[in-house]
Amino acid sequence: MHDDSHDDRHVPPAPDHDPTDFEKRVEAVQALLVEKGILTADEVRRAVEEMDSRTPAQGARVVARAWVDPAFKARLLADAKAAISELGITVGFDATIVAAENTERVHHVVVCTLCSCYPRGLLGYPPDWYKSLNYRSRVVVDPRGVLKEFGLVLDPNVEVRVLDSTADMRYLVIPARPSGTEQMGEEELASLVTRDSLIGVAEARPPAMR
Amino acid sequence: MMSRFRAGDRVRVRVGSPPRHVRTPCYVQGKIGRVERLHGAYRNPESLAYGGDGLPRQALYLVRFPQSELWAKYAGSARDQLLIDIYEHWLEPA
Repeated sequence: MHDDSHDDRHVPPAPDHDPTDFEKRVEAVQALLVEKGILTADEVRRAVEEMDSRTPAQGARVVARAWVDPAFKARLLADAKAAISELGITVGFDATIVAAENTERVHHVVVCTLCSCYPRGLLGYPPDWYKSLNYRSRVVVDPRGVLKEFGLVLDPNVEVRVLDSTADMRYLVIPARPSGTEQMGEEELASLVTRDSLIGVAEARPPAMR
Repeated sequence: MMSRFRAGDRVRVRVGSPPRHVRTPCYVQGKIGRVERLHGAYRNPESLAYGGDGLPRQALYLVRFPQSELWAKYAGSARDQLLIDIYEHWLEPA
């Protein structure tokens, strides 16, 4: 499999470590798809490239717009995919994106207890901890305890809502806009919106901490 | 779209662990919650998982449970909630 002649290769160069069982399986499936003419190596490469181009920065742009434009926020909460497309962002394969707004009274945090459903078509790959059994099994039972481990201590008067995305919905948290940001423009606001705040395990960064 | 439940309806999640792919985790089975919203109709993952067409589409709901209903020793606030997506054939009136 790993000879030096690349003419037979239907998969990208292997990483510089011994492949794991999962990597071997992916490589074998990909090689078969290419050999059988179902996909070309270039199509696979392009799909990976496109996936890698999606980042939390796209979600941050969406949130910043929602912070400065209440009408946009209303459209985002009603039909997230359509609202996101207004910004020229094409959400990939995800079936349906649903936005959930965090406020002074309500805090949403997202999990997929069954696997690792995540709005990949907007934010790209989830962080490793999001896929861990540890996070998935504990955040539903003890959300406040898990959030505390992330450094977020919520007031008992705040209603914590865990969103378990078990089906076709992909949840995007709109973190609350930090105070002291009234004078900021959209681009500057977007820089306060981190990946973790889009999942709900953190708040948006206060302006002083940038 | 035909849907059996509406927002606000009390529902109980059916109990069952068939030896096949399902998307209804054990921790909500048998529990009573309220329909928060109807998402729409989606292909049935229990068919899609085996190469089926997923038809007929199933109504999919966001169902809300008080955390205290799910976990006897829930340590957080009494107002905390868990919301989860459940397909209609896993729900019954409660």
